Amino acid sequence: MSTSVEPAVREEHPMERILRMDRIPHIWCPTCGLGTVVTALAAALDEAEADLDKVAVVSGIGCTGRVAGYMKLDSFHTTHGRAIPFAFGLSTARPDLKTIVFSGDGDLVSIGGNHLIHTARRNANMTVICVNNFIYAMTGGQVAPTTPITAKSSTSPFGNFEHPFNLPLLAASSGAVYVARWTALHVRRLTKAFREAIDKRGFSFVEVIAPCSTLYARRNKLGTGLDLMKFYHDNCVIKHGCDPKEVEIDYQSKIVVGKFVDIEKPTYIECLNEGYKSIFGDKYKPYGGGDGNN
Amino acid sequence: MKAKPENVLTGSHYLDGNHASAEGAIAAGCRFFGGYPITPSTEIAERISQRFPLVGGIFVQMEDELASMASIVGASNGGVKSMSCTSGPGFSLMMENFGLAIMMETPVVLVNVQRGGPSTGLPTLPGQADMMQAKWGSHGDYEVIALAPDSPQESFELTIHAFNLSEKYRMPVLIMTDECVGHMTEKVVIPPADEIELVERKFTDKKPGEAWPFEWNNGDIPPMLPVGKGYKFHITGLTHDEKGYPVINAEAQKKNVSKLMNKVRNNVDDIIWLEEQDTEDAEIIVMSYGISSRVAQPAIAKAKEEGIKIGQIRMITVWPFPEKRVRELAKKVKAMIMVELNYGQVFLEMDRCAAGNCRTSLIPHAGGTVHKPDDIYKVIKDVLK
Repeated sequence: MSTSVEPAVREEHPMERILRMDRIPHIWCPTCGLGTVVTALAAALDEAEADLDKVAVVSGIGCTGRVAGYMKLDSFHTTHGRAIPFAFGLSTARPDLKTIVFSGDGDLVSIGGNHLIHTARRNANMTVICVNNFIYAMTGGQVAPTTPITAKSSTSPFGNFEHPFNLPLLAASSGAVYVARWTALHVRRLTKAFREAIDKRGFSFVEVIAPCSTLYARRNKLGTGLDLMKFYHDNCVIKHGCDPKEVEIDYQSKIVVGKFVDIEKPTYIECLNEGYKSIFGDKYKPYGGGDGNN
Repeated sequence: MKAKPENVLTGSHYLDGNHASAEGAIAAGCRFFGGYPITPSTEIAERISQRFPLVGGIFVQMEDELASMASIVGASNGGVKSMSCTSGPGFSLMMENFGLAIMMETPVVLVNVQRGGPSTGLPTLPGQADMMQAKWGSHGDYEVIALAPDSPQESFELTIHAFNLSEKYRMPVLIMTDECVGHMTEKVVIPPADEIELVERKFTDKKPGEAWPFEWNNGDIPPMLPVGKGYKFHITGLTHDEKGYPVINAEAQKKNVSKLMNKVRNNVDDIIWLEEQDTEDAEIIVMSYGISSRVAQPAIAKAKEEGIKIGQIRMITVWPFPEKRVRELAKKVKAMIMVELNYGQVFLEMDRCAAGNCRTSLIPHAGGTVHKPDDIYKVIKDVLK
């Protein structure tokens, strides 16, 4: 009698449930951080046992903007900077969905900056994942509003001399109820942050610092993707609850990571329902949105 | 399908064109409105914001027109009939995501209450100078549907019709009205709900895994896929295939763009609404749309009294342009005159379609007010000299 057990063989790729395998391989460069960040989101949705039929992902334009195309979810690849207002319309029309915006720093903070602050202000129910690689990568490595001072890019060949945005501070001061920052190195912590952000009612914001070795690291002579990951390993400081004012990133400085904001506040739709109920009483039916077939 | 009685303010009202348009939207089942204040369109947003809470809709004043247009494309993809309104400067900003709605084949309705331009122009005075922008304003090649009401009554009716066309052809539909019609107050008769026919969105009847968002093969308008039902579909502003997946080559571009064009071009007989008066035995035809068609009426009546054989075409649908009809008539009449509040926009199409078969004449106007009927009358008198 044998007691040996045949090793379990999985016929399918472990990510097949959540990735469009017919669109793989993806377009991202070797050592890009995006693969890791997408994997972290997939793991978070898996761990949360989320009903994937009810998760929508919306992207804008850029390297990170391509995420929507690879995730096996209802997915929308929109115009440059407009992922958030598109997602706002979608999530307002369909409060039954978990709406996730997955885009880059140039898309969400430069051309889409106005939408970021206003949607956070409204506390619309959505999660925004902002992958920050300090540069416009898809268009060839131009300066971004996140490029650290003195870092070089194809349009700041002598170094950037503009003050960059501090994204956690921007999101928090605009009204986000959940704000965290991790890097593509912090896979487990990032996964946990995604879980928390997705479960959060209201506007949650996760910044993910990610390596772009092809453009950012090469131009600044920072080495390979592995060197950037080592840099994150040696220079990230975890400070949960840190005041977002104190998490600015300078060129090759320490990077403060952690969960900075986690508060409760009524969402956009909850505020509307409460406000109208107080005016109209029983005549007002709480807004529930459409179910997609009405 | 008929309108729902609770959405329809049946009865006689005294409304301006903007308020009437808002009532048309509510009757049509619009339940998401993302807008940004701009004169002279704001009354539409104001009435919607007042009426929506008790009919189950969401009005949002967005942070700008870029976001307004993006939000209605997002909401419509969520399965909710959606709309916005604006005027010149906002229309320019909305062109970006108007193109997205075209490419994503998303039904939405956008009302442009035209004022004088360029730039900030004449915020409170009329113009009809965004007509070519309506047709060509977003980059790339595509066809549009644009309607032009001439009264508050028609603002109500055409807003419903715009929603019906947008659902039927799965595309954004424009209402290109103007400050005069938007702010003109007249009697508006809203019929009982069971007299209002609505086109409801066609969703796929295939199962998840078997359906794609752009099944163009049979030449019909592809049914949409509902979100949140397990279809896990992808749509993009990039050139794409039937699956909605990006495909960046000339072959995919040809297929994608030709489908966007042909769904309008192959259905012009259904889409184009014209109102013709005395065109059959006319020697001169006056073409116009919106407020200009009303201003032309006294001039046409005066010419008729004098025995001039004159007819009128009022374009209720301006885009697609009634090319076939203008070509036919140009071979029979001696002259065609265009009355519009610009220096020659829709005129260019009339002139092109007349193709030298009759004289063509534009009665130009920079906007800010309407034509004087006498100026139109003089051109009618002189056009055959």
